[in-house]
Amino acid sequence: MNIIVCLKQVPDTESQIKIGSDGKSIVTDDIKWIMNPYDEFGVEEALRLKEKHGGEVTVVGLGPKRVTESLRTALAMGADKGILISDEALDGSDSLANAKAIAEAVKDLDYDLIFTGQRGMDDDLGLVGATIAELLGIPQLSLINKVEVAEDGKSVKVDRPIEGETLIIESTLPALITAQKGLNEPRYASLPGIMKAKKKPLEEKTLADLGLDSAEFGEGARKLKILELTSPPDRAAGKIVEGETPQEKAAELAKLLHDEAKVL
Amino acid sequence: MAQGVWTIAEQRDGEIRKITYEIVSEGRRLADALGQEVTVILLGSNIKEKAAELGQYGADKVLVADDSRLEPYTTDAYVSVISELVKANDPQILILGGSVQGKDLAARLAARLDVGMAQDCTVFAIEDGNLVATRPIYAGKAYAKVTFENSLPQMAAARPKVMSINEPDVSRSAEVIDASFTLDDGDLKTKVVDVAKDESGKVDLTEADKIVSGGRGMKDPENYKILEELADLIGASVGASRAAVDAGWRPHSDQVGQTGKVVSPNLYVACGISGAIQHLAGMSTSKVIVAINKDEDAPIFQKADYGVVADLFDVVPALTEEIKKYL
Repeated sequence: MNIIVCLKQVPDTESQIKIGSDGKSIVTDDIKWIMNPYDEFGVEEALRLKEKHGGEVTVVGLGPKRVTESLRTALAMGADKGILISDEALDGSDSLANAKAIAEAVKDLDYDLIFTGQRGMDDDLGLVGATIAELLGIPQLSLINKVEVAEDGKSVKVDRPIEGETLIIESTLPALITAQKGLNEPRYASLPGIMKAKKKPLEEKTLADLGLDSAEFGEGARKLKILELTSPPDRAAGKIVEGETPQEKAAELAKLLHDEAKVL
Repeated sequence: MAQGVWTIAEQRDGEIRKITYEIVSEGRRLADALGQEVTVILLGSNIKEKAAELGQYGADKVLVADDSRLEPYTTDAYVSVISELVKANDPQILILGGSVQGKDLAARLAARLDVGMAQDCTVFAIEDGNLVATRPIYAGKAYAKVTFENSLPQMAAARPKVMSINEPDVSRSAEVIDASFTLDDGDLKTKVVDVAKDESGKVDLTEADKIVSGGRGMKDPENYKILEELADLIGASVGASRAAVDAGWRPHSDQVGQTGKVVSPNLYVACGISGAIQHLAGMSTSKVIVAINKDEDAPIFQKADYGVVADLFDVVPALTEEIKKYL
């Protein structure tokens, strides 16, 4: 069973997000970049499936050179080889363009399953996985928190939680799965793992290497255009509920929720 | 020229979901701004009788795709049918509901149509005749205003519970049209083999009108009992912070925040939650926020409409008793 995992880097979830002077991008100076947490669930699940069914795990990253760090982390966790798609012409590309580059990089590889995170914790769009699946002509299974591959390796059964219920879905392979929180607890890379990772193959590809035209990528080629970024709307300062005792405060709060906020 | 505002209805087990009324209502507002019609696509099995009623919320036409293979939802079948209808009719705008199903559908459909797609939008407007959408990014730490270029239909999904529903106008009725489409069994690669209903019977957090949430300050999973008592009384669902989920006190499905669910209830009661930035990101579009925390410096108080500085173990049971007086 050969598995591909796609990953990217996003700002650490504790990061403050500041808007840049162009009003269309964020200030990246103080940002700590981490592997997108949803992608990390994908890496872990791929490794567990490999441990059970055998085969190889290839991690594919897209972005600036710093993404190499996250690819090395995935290799240290146990993935076998890595591909970094990196090209200045990719800067500012939208999800469609990024997915096209990834699909081109993986289309000729031998794979049974592809994992991506259910969304990147930056743009929060959740489009890349579905777009890769569409370009490769394979089914997608999104927001999955349980994966079982059939003994014969020809189909997969997954749990997909939706509002108020969980769908159990069967699909043919190859398929693309987008990982949701709850799928697993990612392992930490061990020290021997980190040492071994240094010797694992990590290939770097530009758009030209993939036979792609750089004019179809970057800011200028975006179909979803960013007009402006703004800070979240401020909430008006609230009130501290008065009272001498917790009981008095509770009574006052109940009154406010009923009479003033009218939510009861 | 591309013409018309299209929305895609969501049904489950033959019942129209609330998100449908939200996007049909919003579609009406956009269509009025453009002087165009609203068309709804309704897919399912024996679903036609539900179509005309959508007119009361603003639909002019309802295209019904009726086929046993369209119940329940699968990505393959829905994308195949909807993309065929969209290509044949060339609408200017296509709005979906940002439910779990809607987001999955929107992502694949946008890829099939090779168009840009704005997920999880909180505001739509028409500027210079084009759709402009505002959506939270970085889980609400910033907002992006976006539009579309060389990309038709202009496609977006609305965050659930944000768009207001029009007062139904019973004098209005939509023209119901049987859609013609082809569906090839060979294209259907996924199948829903079972459905496990949530045992709690509670409304999912993303759809809940009220949420009572507990964090690290709950100290022990047993203590959620007091939140459940309050929640049961006011018809709320119970949520949790990442700290509480990571501690194993509550399931992942209860987590509110950047790595959990993004919620917009009318009332959000945060108990023993300090207000880490990643939690605030998941609940800051709630209409009324209450914070109960004994640490008066907790950042949650800066987001709260009503703050109670006290021990939640004293306040919450007392609040439950006090609220009974009003119900």
